[in-house]
Amino acid sequence: MSAVIEAQVPVAVEIADEPDLLRVRTVLRQHAVAAGFGLVDQTKLVTAGSELARNILRYAGGARGGLHVEAVDGTGRVGLRAVFFDEGPGIEDVDAALGDGFSTGGSLGLGLPGARRLVDEFAIESSPGAGTRVTITKWRR
Amino acid sequence: MTPVVPIMRIGATVLISLQGDLDDATVVRIESAIMQEVSRTRTTGTLIDVSGLGMVDSFIARVIARMAAMTRLLGAETVIVGIQPAVAITLVEMGVTMADLNTALNAEQGMEMLRRLTEGGHVEATAAHAAG
Repeated sequence: MSAVIEAQVPVAVEIADEPDLLRVRTVLRQHAVAAGFGLVDQTKLVTAGSELARNILRYAGGARGGLHVEAVDGTGRVGLRAVFFDEGPGIEDVDAALGDGFSTGGSLGLGLPGARRLVDEFAIESSPGAGTRVTITKWRR
Repeated sequence: MTPVVPIMRIGATVLISLQGDLDDATVVRIESAIMQEVSRTRTTGTLIDVSGLGMVDSFIARVIARMAAMTRLLGAETVIVGIQPAVAITLVEMGVTMADLNTALNAEQGMEMLRRLTEGGHVEATAAHAAG
């Protein structure tokens, strides 16, 4: 199970159950190491991924969800892009969900805004009934 | 693949070392095991070593903070030791400051802090290396 080889191709992880949280962290860590990320950036990416995967487990209502990871080439830079998607009920108010302390699940409400602060690029698409798709990108420094 | 959590006790101090990659159910299970141990017999201090955690997300951080608050209700002070620098940077950037927690660099300093905390001395909660 070589991380170097795995990072060459996009990888998909299903997010349906608690053990998948560990798989998401492992896959992101392997990709970050293979892409040459430093320890701090590895940790930030893995932590952001952990928050987003948990959101799917908590809020997608058991609907299908998953993660795609792939290496990306920018202009003269290398990075990783991770897409977290689910076919759950979607987010009613995306702007509110991106604010600190907003939670409908009794948590700290740091999942989305926290993950956003840990990566270089963050995009979220969601609407009620249409699922949610969060795309994060982190560039190697 | 259930990680074993050895809970040790030295006198009135309970020591726990968190290690590996913990899913949410495991974190909660550890929490209740610690609470049981603290309430089982006289405990004045709890030392939680997190040096074996390569990642602490907002859920794990929240449970650790909750454990510290609950053990205080049971009459014990808690000190968190060994937060990895990369984890500390990540937590602060994420907005999880853990400002209410007693933290120390390593187990030795943590034990010293517990000793002062539980012998009536006043010690400011320090987050020195986590905040730096």
